[in-house]
Amino acid sequence: MRLAELHVGQRARVVTIEGSDEISLRLLEMGLTPGVDVELLGTAPLGDPLEFEVRGYHLSVRKSEAQRVEIQSL
Amino acid sequence: MSHSTENNLCVALIGNPNTGKSTLFSALAGVRQRVGNYPGVTVERKTGQLTHRARQLTLIDLPGTYSLAPRSPDEMVAVDVLLGRQNDAPRPDLVLCIVDASNLQRNLYVVSQVLELGLPTVLALNMVDIAASRGITIDVERLSRNLGIPVVEVQANRRQGVDRLKDALVEQIDRPAREHVSPFPAEFQNEVAALTRRLETASSNGQASLPRYLVERLLLDTTGYLEDVVLEHADPGLHGAIAEARTRLAAAGSPVPAVEAMARYGWIGQVLDGIVVRPRERRITLSDRMDRVLTHRLWGTLIFVLLMVVVFQAVFSWAAPAQDLIDAGVAHVAQFAEEHMAEGALRSLVVDGLIGGVGGVLAFLPQIFILFFFIAVLEDCGYMARAAYLMDKLMVRVGLSGKSFIPLLSSFACAIPGIMATRTIENRRDRLTTILIAPLMSCSARLPVYALLITAFIPERKLVGDLLNLQGVTLAAMYLIGIVTATIVAWVLKKSLLRGPTPPFVMELPSYKMPGPSIVLHRMFERGWSFIRRAGTLIVAVAVVVWASLYYPHDPAVEAPYAEQKVALETRLAELPESAAERGDLERELAEIDGRIAGAYQEQSILGRIGHAIEPAVRPLGWDWRIGCAAIASFPAREVVVATLGIIYNLGEVDVDDTQAAGLNSALQQATWEGTEEKVFNIPVALSLMVFFALCAQCAATLVVIKRETGSWWWPVFTFVYMTGLAYVAALVTYQVGMLIS
Repeated sequence: MRLAELHVGQRARVVTIEGSDEISLRLLEMGLTPGVDVELLGTAPLGDPLEFEVRGYHLSVRKSEAQRVEIQSL
Repeated sequence: MSHSTENNLCVALIGNPNTGKSTLFSALAGVRQRVGNYPGVTVERKTGQLTHRARQLTLIDLPGTYSLAPRSPDEMVAVDVLLGRQNDAPRPDLVLCIVDASNLQRNLYVVSQVLELGLPTVLALNMVDIAASRGITIDVERLSRNLGIPVVEVQANRRQGVDRLKDALVEQIDRPAREHVSPFPAEFQNEVAALTRRLETASSNGQASLPRYLVERLLLDTTGYLEDVVLEHADPGLHGAIAEARTRLAAAGSPVPAVEAMARYGWIGQVLDGIVVRPRERRITLSDRMDRVLTHRLWGTLIFVLLMVVVFQAVFSWAAPAQDLIDAGVAHVAQFAEEHMAEGALRSLVVDGLIGGVGGVLAFLPQIFILFFFIAVLEDCGYMARAAYLMDKLMVRVGLSGKSFIPLLSSFACAIPGIMATRTIENRRDRLTTILIAPLMSCSARLPVYALLITAFIPERKLVGDLLNLQGVTLAAMYLIGIVTATIVAWVLKKSLLRGPTPPFVMELPSYKMPGPSIVLHRMFERGWSFIRRAGTLIVAVAVVVWASLYYPHDPAVEAPYAEQKVALETRLAELPESAAERGDLERELAEIDGRIAGAYQEQSILGRIGHAIEPAVRPLGWDWRIGCAAIASFPAREVVVATLGIIYNLGEVDVDDTQAAGLNSALQQATWEGTEEKVFNIPVALSLMVFFALCAQCAATLVVIKRETGSWWWPVFTFVYMTGLAYVAALVTYQVGMLIS
C-alpha cells in the first residue's frame, strides 16, 4: 500500500521510501523513515497536497511524493 | 579561514525553520545587526554583536534548515561557514543550536549533524512553554548528559533564559568539543575511512584534505551536487569509487541515502529514550482545531480568499495616502530647491534628477512596509505555510509551487515587494521563475496609464445588456494579458532555461501561535531599510541618467522662436494691476508657451533625438516619435509616461491628477501627425500603447531589485529584453489587427 492511498484519520507504518533523488532525501530527512508511524490528517481544499502527522508534527506532502512511500496499514 | 581572534569570538546560530531562531537572534544581539549577502548566492548573511562577561561575541545567523545536507549552492553556504570553508568568514568558535521543545525528534536531526563537525556546541531548548501546554515533559539534565553538550531552556519570545544561555555560550567557548560518537553503522564508517584514504592519495598535490563531514556527505548525496562541487578538479576515478562504495553499502543492508535518516533518527530515539514523556493519547490542541477550519474545503478556502483580498487591498490602496504624503513632501523639497537655486543645469539636476529620483525610491516604501507587515504576521503565526499548502495544486499547473502565490499576488500592487517576498521560496529555479514573471502582473503604476488612455479613447459602451462596460472590459483585459503571458513565460522557463526536477513540497505545517509584535515590526523595517540601502542609490542613479538624457544638450537657441512672444506677455502681465480680470487668460497663455518651450527642449534632447531615430521602429505600432520618446523616458517608472506625454504634447507638466489629466485627454485626442491633419491616436493606437505598458519592463526599480535578489546583472537584463520584446510584438499585433478590424 502507498502513503497516498491512506484515508483521513487512518494510521500506517512506513516500510520503505523509493528513489534516491531530492524528494526521497527530503522525505527521509523530515522523519519518514522505515518503521515510523504516520496518520493522514486531511487534504488541501483542491485535493492535493496531503497533511500528515509524523513524529509529533504536521507534514505536508504532495500525492505524487507520497506515492513513493510504501506503507503497511495498522 | 582561521578561527576568529581571541577577543572577538564567533558563534554560529543554526536550527530548523519555525523554531523562533530569528527571535532568539534578536534577543541575543539586540539591534546590533547587519544584513548582507554571501557572494554568488541569494542567501542572506545576518550578523550581530553581543558582549557578555567582558567577552565580545559575533553571532552569525545561518539560514533555517532541517538538514545540513547541501544539494545547491544556497544550502552549501551553511556547511561552508561551519567548516571554515567560506572565504570571507572566520570558522565559528562555537555552534548554538536552537530546537523546538514540542518537536524534539525532528529538530534533533540537524543537531546530530552539527555534533559531527567537531565544534563546541550549546543547545537552546526553545518553546518549553508550548511543550508543557501539550503535556510534554523533558528531563533537561539527562538530555544534556545524553547529548554531551549544555542544554539551556529558553522562551525567546519572552526573553526568558537568555542570560543563562549567554553564560553557557561564554563558558563553553573555551572548552574543546567533546568527541562525538558517529551514529552511523560500522560498514558505513569503514567506507568513509576508505574514501578518506583514497582522497588523500589523490590530492597529494597540495590540496587541502576534505573534512570528515564532507567525505560522509560525498557518499550520502545521491543528487550528485556535492561530487560536482567538491571533486571538480579531482581524479575522475573517484566517482566510480563512490558508486562502488554505495553498492557495497546497499548489499550490507545500509542503503544510501536511507542509511543516514535511519542512523540519525535511531540515535535520536536513543538520546530521547526515557527523557521525553508525552501524553498517551495525542491531545487535540487549539492549533489542531484551528487547522481543521483553516484547511477546510469550504471554510479554509473562504478564509484564504478573504485574507488575500485584505492583503491585496491593503498594499494596493492603504499605501496610497502615505504615498501622497511622500509625494507632497518631495514636491515641497523640490519647490524649495527651485526657489533657492539659480536657474540652470544644476537646479534642473537637483530638482528633476536627484529629488525626483529620491522621491521615486521613497514612493515604494509604504507598499513594502504594508506587504511585509502582513507577510511577517502570516509567517510568524504559522499561516504562511498553509497559504502555500492551499495554493500548491493551482501553482503546480504552471510548474511552480504554492510558495510562489503570495509573491505573485503582491506583484499586482507592486512587483518590488513581490520580488522581495520570493525569499521564502527555497528552490532557486522556482524562486527565479517567480521573480522573472512577477513584473508581468499589472502593478498599480500601470493604472494611471490605463486610466488615461481608456478614458480618452475607449467609448463608454454597455455590453451584454447593462452588465458590462467596454471601458471596464478593456481594463480587465489588460490585467488578463499580464496573467496569461506570465503563465506562458513560467511554463517556457521551466521547460528551458530553468529546467530541472520538480522541487519537493515536503514541508512542515507549523503549529499556529500568536505573532510577536516586535518580530513583525523588526522584519517590516528591515525589509524597508534594506530596499533603501541596497536598491535606493542605483534607482536614483538611473533617474539622474534619464534626467540628463532629457536635459542635454539644452541649447538655448531652442527658446528663440518663443522669446518674443514670451517677453511681450510678461511685460503685459507686469503692467496689469493685481486685480485685473485678463490676468488669468494671460497667465494661461504664458504657461502654454512655457509648455511649448519645455516640449521643444525635450525634442532637442538626447532622448528626443533617440525618439526621432527610432520612429521607424515604432511606426508599425501606430506610434509617432513623441509616443516612442515618452515610452523610453518612462524607463525609471511607468507612470512617468503620463507626465512625459504631457510635456511632449506641449502641455507643460501634467499631474496624474484628474482635473489636469482631462486636459491631457483632449490634448491626446487632438494630437496630429506632424505636418498633417491626421490624428495620431485612434483606438488601435491607444490599445497598442496599453498592451505595450502591460508587458514592458519600464521600471528601473524592479530591475534593480531583481539584480539585488538574484545577485547578478544577467537576470535583470534578461527580464528587460524578454519583456520589451514581448511588449513590442504584442503591441504590434494589437495595432495591426486593430487597424484591420476598424
